[in-house]
Amino acid sequence: MIKVLFFAALRERLNTATVELDSSTLPADASAAAVLTKLQSRSADWQHELSRQDLLCAINQRLCPLHTKVSPGDELAFFPPVTGG
Amino acid sequence: MSISVLVQHEDFSMADEYAQLSRDCRCGAVVTFCGLVRELQDHALISMTLEHYPGMTEQALQTIAEQAQQRWQLGAVRIIHRIGTLTPNEQIVFVGVASAHRAAAFEAAQFIMDYLKTQAPFWKKEHSSQGSHWVAAKTTDQQAARRWE
Repeated sequence: MIKVLFFAALRERLNTATVELDSSTLPADASAAAVLTKLQSRSADWQHELSRQDLLCAINQRLCPLHTKVSPGDELAFFPPVTGG
Repeated sequence: MSISVLVQHEDFSMADEYAQLSRDCRCGAVVTFCGLVRELQDHALISMTLEHYPGMTEQALQTIAEQAQQRWQLGAVRIIHRIGTLTPNEQIVFVGVASAHRAAAFEAAQFIMDYLKTQAPFWKKEHSSQGSHWVAAKTTDQQAARRWE
């Protein structure tokens, strides 16, 4: 399984905090971008929200580019630009 | 060299943090920064909610503090960031740096704040009489962080 988390405005717009994906439904060398594409196919709303150019991606709690490979058991997260401080 | 990172609901004491930072007699400089909840221009802010990514946020702050210690000769680094609901004028964030000399302490404190603003997963939502909205990221914060590259 791959766990995907959403935060802040994205979590609210998707009305979802967590999704579990069966890793066997992804290619063996799938990237975070492939996971995003799979999630976009869920609905027109998800397609719209997950196509935002400013989305950030983290794999196992580290910021990383979308071309980074994912493995079974990984924790992915997608979120808007951060606004702390 | 010591690093302390805290993400918490509770308020913090600047005096207590300063006391911790000023213990090391090899350090002749302590720089502290405190960020407060700022009122909106129309004075309509009721409160602000800060969301974070438990686990990743603490790790990101630790990494930022370690990067600062690699760039400058530092004694202690202390970072506190509050989460949950805060009202205008409340303390949100604390960054404190102790070093032998002031230049390193000033620069490291700025570096930590600039990176915290662009790398640490926190999100602010403002609640005003006009409703609630998520605060948009500022390009000026991105530019501030880029000067350290």
